[in-house]
Amino acid sequence: MPPLLELTGLSKSFGPITVADELTYAVAQGEAVGVIGPNGAGKTSMFNLITGTMQPDRGEVRFDGEMVTRLSAQQRCRRGISRSFQVPQPFGAMSVLENLLVAATQGGGLHGAQAQEQALLVLDQTGLLPKANVLAGSLTLLERKRLELARSLCTRPRLLLLDEIAGGLTDHECAQLVETIQQIRKTGISIIWIEHIVHALLSVVDRLIVIDFGRLVAQGDPRETMDNAKVREIYLGMAVDA
Amino acid sequence: MEWVNAVIQGILLGGLYALFAAGLSLIFGVMRLVNIAHGDLIVLAAYIALTIATTLGLNPFLALLIVIPVMAGLGYGLQRMVLNQTLGDDILPPLLVTFGLSIIIQNGLLVLYTADPQKLSAGPIEVASLTIAPNLTLGVLPILMFAVAVAVIAGLQWVFYRSALGRAFRAVSDNQDVAQLMGLNKAHIFGLAMALSLAVVGIAGVFLGIRTSFDPTIGSGRLIFGFEAVIIGGLGNLWGTLAGGVILGVAQAIGAQINPGWQVLAGHIVFLVVLAIRPRGLFPRIEQ
Ligand SMILES: Nc1ncnc2c1ncn2[C@@H]1O[C@H](COP(=O)(O)OP(=O)(O)OP(=O)(O)O)[C@@H](O)[C@H]1O
Ligand SMILES: [Mg+2]
Repeated sequence: MPPLLELTGLSKSFGPITVADELTYAVAQGEAVGVIGPNGAGKTSMFNLITGTMQPDRGEVRFDGEMVTRLSAQQRCRRGISRSFQVPQPFGAMSVLENLLVAATQGGGLHGAQAQEQALLVLDQTGLLPKANVLAGSLTLLERKRLELARSLCTRPRLLLLDEIAGGLTDHECAQLVETIQQIRKTGISIIWIEHIVHALLSVVDRLIVIDFGRLVAQGDPRETMDNAKVREIYLGMAVDA
Repeated sequence: MEWVNAVIQGILLGGLYALFAAGLSLIFGVMRLVNIAHGDLIVLAAYIALTIATTLGLNPFLALLIVIPVMAGLGYGLQRMVLNQTLGDDILPPLLVTFGLSIIIQNGLLVLYTADPQKLSAGPIEVASLTIAPNLTLGVLPILMFAVAVAVIAGLQWVFYRSALGRAFRAVSDNQDVAQLMGLNKAHIFGLAMALSLAVVGIAGVFLGIRTSFDPTIGSGRLIFGFEAVIIGGLGNLWGTLAGGVILGVAQAIGAQINPGWQVLAGHIVFLVVLAIRPRGLFPRIEQ
């Protein structure tokens, strides 16, 4: 089986700042990959390149064997790539349910009762059912993070990109979220998860990727990679709660 | 009684202004596009209705069955082929392009139909009237016009807040980038918004043509009435737009009652007063 996602030599600079430097790796069908790296390393930029909101200077993105480098964000979403935002960006003047219905209809290609069904399923899965009719703009941080996840799921992704979805949550909230993500994994969706809270990552992912200055500096088994000397060096001075 | 009559006529006229304004409001709400050609498109719709009515011998109301889809199709094509290319961070390109479009439509109509005033003839309904009270007689046509305006606003309101298309409109209006990441095809959704806007323009054009005589140059005046109704009512609020149209209509009717020359002026004055006191209009959208 070909890999679901394949990045080859993906590079992007803004003047002197290199946000992606010859990024090359693949994600298998059903695999969960964790991404760590210091602030400003280019992790979010990597998601922008994968989803199509940022165009690379060089390199390719392949999804399920198809070259998608020149496709728009909307086209990539319809093929099954979906992301959550580090800073939640709900459609604030719409209800939680309406947020999900937009995703289910536009990205998920579902209509009428089917879209409703998908939205309700995801609301339940992400624990947002009691908030279905609340305006998204009035949600708490935890609820907004859950909405990010829920809205992405409603597009019926095959690859889910999570950007620091556990950031800013309490330990208990974080544990709940980890459980939700584990459930999502079981449905066969591939995941790339950027997270500074390493212990949350380690309980979910099959593989860890370390990014620094836009470069992939280490990858492999999550725990071994965390012990890797280079990784320790990058994180030196940073609290690593693994 | 004369005054009561004037106010009621003004209210009913406000329905027509709301029809002028609704499409303008919709487009601004969805894509922040100010369509300078809106008034000329209303006039274009009146001429299309005229052509259909004369060549097929149809009543203008029946001609609506053709005018509405033709205008909607035109709107979709215009948006996809021209206007989408002008949208971006800069608000100037869409203004310039729709201004150019306005000139093209006006001059195209002058070439095709000359500057002679035209009128759509709807038959006996034009002079039919209802006697409400001993001294109060209302034309059936203005009542119908107002009822259609209310129905159009209610319909748009339903689309906006109850349908999948409306959710797409609101999502893309809130955040275009996020909406596209959710799989929304912006070019297509904008096309549908313009189609809907011009479908309403089709209705407005037919009522305009039945109510008064028209020639290719009157579009800019309709655009101004439309703008005034939208801004009086508050941006982004469809029922507010109806209220804005009614306020404008009543102001004009009262102005005309005082002095026939003051009709349009009175409308402008009320508009300026509202703008000075409540720059966001009387009923701005409260959400967000
Ligand atoms: N569109 C842009 N234009 C200019 N610079 C940018 C742009 N996007 C990102 N950058 C810069 O690229 C660098 C990497 O940013 P990015 O958001 O990808 O980092 P990150 O690894 O996600 O960091 P964090 O952990 O803080 O979220 C930063 O210095 C950022 O300022
Ligand atoms: Mg980031």
